[in-house]
Amino acid sequence: MNNKEYQVRLSGFGGQGIILAGIILGEAVSLYENRFAVQFQSYGPEARGGASRAEVVISDEEIDLLELIEPDVFLALSQQAFDKYIGDAHEKALVIVDPDYVTNAPLSSRKVFAVPVSRIAREQIGKTIVINMVALGALAAITGLVGIDALKKAVSARVPPGTEKINLKAVLAGYESAREMN
Amino acid sequence: MNSGCNMQFLQGNEACALGAIEAGVRFFGGYPITPATEIAEVMARELPKLGGVFVQFEDEIASIGAVIGASVAGTKAMTATSGPGFSLKQENLGYAIHVQIPCVVVNVMRGGPSTGLPTLPSQSDVMQARWGTHGDHPIIALAPYSVRECFDLTVRAVNLSERFRIPVIVLSDAIIGHVREKVVLPKREELTLVERKKPTVDPEDYKPFEDDGTGIPPMANLGEDYLFHITSNNYDDEGFPATNDHDIAGRRIKSLYNKIERYRDEIDDVDLFMVEDAEIIIVAYGSTARSARRAVMMAREEGIKAGLFRLKTIWPFPYDHLKAAAESANHLLLAEMNMSQLDSEVRSATHDLETKLHGLHQSNGMLITPYQIYDSLKGLV
Repeated sequence: MNNKEYQVRLSGFGGQGIILAGIILGEAVSLYENRFAVQFQSYGPEARGGASRAEVVISDEEIDLLELIEPDVFLALSQQAFDKYIGDAHEKALVIVDPDYVTNAPLSSRKVFAVPVSRIAREQIGKTIVINMVALGALAAITGLVGIDALKKAVSARVPPGTEKINLKAVLAGYESAREMN
Repeated sequence: MNSGCNMQFLQGNEACALGAIEAGVRFFGGYPITPATEIAEVMARELPKLGGVFVQFEDEIASIGAVIGASVAGTKAMTATSGPGFSLKQENLGYAIHVQIPCVVVNVMRGGPSTGLPTLPSQSDVMQARWGTHGDHPIIALAPYSVRECFDLTVRAVNLSERFRIPVIVLSDAIIGHVREKVVLPKREELTLVERKKPTVDPEDYKPFEDDGTGIPPMANLGEDYLFHITSNNYDDEGFPATNDHDIAGRRIKSLYNKIERYRDEIDDVDLFMVEDAEIIIVAYGSTARSARRAVMMAREEGIKAGLFRLKTIWPFPYDHLKAAAESANHLLLAEMNMSQLDSEVRSATHDLETKLHGLHQSNGMLITPYQIYDSLKGLV
């Protein structure tokens, strides 16, 4: 990826921690890599279970883009979110899906990475609640948009005290498993 | 999350609340509404730690009523809402303007009318901020276009309201209120804070609305040594009703207007971006101005001489500043997320110029993107 402003859309269902993942990605880039990020979000009135999305724009320069025009990276952790939000994803967008949740991803022209983030969370960490952290780690490995060190710092600073260890473990598990794919 | 320290990744609404706290607001009367709720959340968490008071009331009307009461008692006070709540606050807002009680009302705009588009962005409360409450009255309204400005303009709103004894509206919008970006907030000692002017006369000589020559009467804290009367009717200098006195009524209304007009140099606030040699000037504010700034840069790369005239103070409208900036331009492009609410103000400011006015207006709950504005600019070349 070589254009200088990257548009990232994270999506899933309410309760998967998509918005927290967006905030952490933004913080990792802007606070720990001293680059720029803006983050915004949208969720339906149903709160839990409905499609949820968080969006992050990442750049080396100041950003005036407050809405995603054409995502360069699209992460979907549910079929509903995939169907609802893939629409304007760039033809060459990197697409990351959880194959256990997104079973129908008709994307001939786009590069699709199937990372079983929910399975990794369940089998390697023992808690599906860290699925968002596994996904962040995978996204870092596949896109290179954020360094793993910055991501770890942002996770440690943002997650509830006492949960740092398990969240960091989840980030690393996602990172390692996706690194082999890239 | 706090002010006066290192770099943070903050939401506009959070920065707005922190600005209020740093400016000295110690009372918040709240009623939750998306997309403004985070302001109440931060105030609820932070104010008690500082000896301040947060109360969630039964509705928007009660919350501004309590804000006015807290302010009369001497506490800097604020409330925050969105369109439907802003409608409900209008009657009490007019009361506060009329009896000259400082307070700040943040309106994080979303699409209307009525409950409208919960909770998509809009800028369609610009005229409501100006004329939403009945009767002849002035108002001050400020429009932030970044997270940092949510902080800065809330501080400024508190200061202006204390200085001029008038409610000040912070006209944020759902985009600016919810976006997170990197900010370094100023340290407390870097901020200039304004405290309302207190009476210096003996309590028995105090007339709460007597002009001391500045146009802004000194304000005592109700409940302390100075006893005074406040009425929503037209009033005399002692605060008692003067409903049949045409002379006093005329003077009162004029004095409300004059205390703002006289100090326009302190209140007016515009940001000029690449307008000096601009042939096309975009007029915008809030989140639309962010898109406009990008559009200007895109246009400049193509050799199009574009610039941005950004309103930080929307009301009172900076007619003179706009006229001066627009004089050498061929075209003005007014871009707003509404059906052209500021059109007449821009026309009024520029009516004796040759400059042609064009509009880019969108009222569908979507941000006007840099590309839309860029396309409009190209169409004018």
